[in-house]
Amino acid sequence: MTALIFFIFAGFAVFCAINLVAQTHPIASALSLIGVMGSLAILYLQLGGEFIAAAQVIVYAGAIMVLFVFVIMLLNAGAEGTSLQVSNFAKYLGIFLLAAFLGLISFIIQSMLPKTEGVVFGAFQGGTALGIGRKLFTQYLLPFEVTSVLILIAIVGAIVLARKEI
Amino acid sequence: MDFIVLSLIKAALVAFILLTALAYLQWIERKVIAHIQLRVGPYRVGPHGLLQPLADVVKLITKEGVIPSHVNKLFYLMAPWMAVVLALISIAVIPFGPQITVGPITTWMQLTDLRIGILFVLAVSSIGVYGVALGGWASNNKYSLLGGLRSSAQMISYELPLALAVAAPLLLANTLSFRDMVNYQAGYWLGFIPHWNVLPQIIGFVVFLIAGFAETNRVPFDLPEAENELVAGFHTEYSSMKFAAFFMAEYANMVTVTAVATLLFLGGWLPPFPEPYSDFVPIIVFVVGGLIAIYHGLNPARRMDKYTLPVTGLVFLAIAALFGLSLFVPVLKTILMALFWFCAKVGILLFIFIWVRATSPRFRYDQLMRFAWTFMFPLAMLNLLVTGLVVALTSK
Repeated sequence: MTALIFFIFAGFAVFCAINLVAQTHPIASALSLIGVMGSLAILYLQLGGEFIAAAQVIVYAGAIMVLFVFVIMLLNAGAEGTSLQVSNFAKYLGIFLLAAFLGLISFIIQSMLPKTEGVVFGAFQGGTALGIGRKLFTQYLLPFEVTSVLILIAIVGAIVLARKEI
Repeated sequence: MDFIVLSLIKAALVAFILLTALAYLQWIERKVIAHIQLRVGPYRVGPHGLLQPLADVVKLITKEGVIPSHVNKLFYLMAPWMAVVLALISIAVIPFGPQITVGPITTWMQLTDLRIGILFVLAVSSIGVYGVALGGWASNNKYSLLGGLRSSAQMISYELPLALAVAAPLLLANTLSFRDMVNYQAGYWLGFIPHWNVLPQIIGFVVFLIAGFAETNRVPFDLPEAENELVAGFHTEYSSMKFAAFFMAEYANMVTVTAVATLLFLGGWLPPFPEPYSDFVPIIVFVVGGLIAIYHGLNPARRMDKYTLPVTGLVFLAIAALFGLSLFVPVLKTILMALFWFCAKVGILLFIFIWVRATSPRFRYDQLMRFAWTFMFPLAMLNLLVTGLVVALTSK
């Protein structure tokens, strides 16, 4: 059952990711990205990272992507034409070359990684809000605080850039 | 297997009751607004217009679903579907009552209890904006687009105070599950003041409710469909069932927001009075209601009243008798009391939603944004900080 769900949503994530690049219309691409994020949330959920899954949907799919869609709608961006002229021969050769390249890469990664046991769904229990919070405020306190300062700098920078006179 | 059958039965029951309630919520809204404005409201279809929702459903189904030629078809058809699905799905984690044992079966009056139930509702509601935004954009109409834009900007802005207001009671109860949240609110201070989050978190409650108005696109925050500026806003180009889907989504969102407010701040299904007294409240309420209805039936103001009101009164008295009977049947009592208090609290909050709609004008767009960012957000933040400080100082 868990394997079935995994394959459905992993497949959906890959499909949406390809669709994101293949679509010419920005709104369609943005919606595909939301599909990717939603599927990833389900995968996190399966791995036991329930808090991360919820945060993924709330922050990425629910807040950041709404802003993306908002900006696309505000600029009223239309479909982009494909300026790239590709011959049929190159297209078919490209598919084979891409498959070979991806196979090679995956082989190298697999041979480089240390031999470990596979992931077991439901084995990880530290993904609750309690577990994440504890880790974040003890073991990873410094990176957490540094990240928050970084984000603050980014916000201030964005405002300074956007408004010439303050 | 038992689990699947039981879940299916519960899901069917909840879905049926929710959809019926949504149809009648609209009837209640029209009636309440009518009475506030000294009209009678729907009156022709059935006694007191009671069959009006049914007539509306038939009308909406049989109407021609026009698809304008200039729309982006895929997204145009997807948007209302997205809006209504995402609006209805939250009910799955809302608990209506405690654990009950009927014969051999022990179950909770809830479809499922997620450990992250509150986050789930937040996540679903944050995605829900796509239905409106996408519908507005795909209609390829300037009014619709403005409606969609306003909706997404408004949702992002009000999501922040909403989430911050939710976080404060979470800090107090130290849980993300609705069930534990309600259990935390059990008990009484000094023996009679209910131990609800609304008392220490009154600011959070008010902020949550105001943000809830904005999240559901209701008056005074209904700028996405401001009919005197934008025709009908994001659903200008929608007709028939596609329009009905948006309509239903709005009401489903209202039910979700009020149910969450009830669970987080008002103690869910817990009664406001200690045990022996709270049992008699529903009986008294229904007996008084029934007697008032019968009195007005005997002195009818309108022609049909002398038939309809006595019937209503008798139904009320029968319900009161059912509650009286339940005092001697523990299972029935658990179910009925929980449902009564839960529905009463949700109903009062829904009434406030309708009341506000009938009485207040709409914000201007810049006022709406300024209110969110310069008042609601700092207030919610301050509330959260104070709550956090108090929790940190008082816990071990």
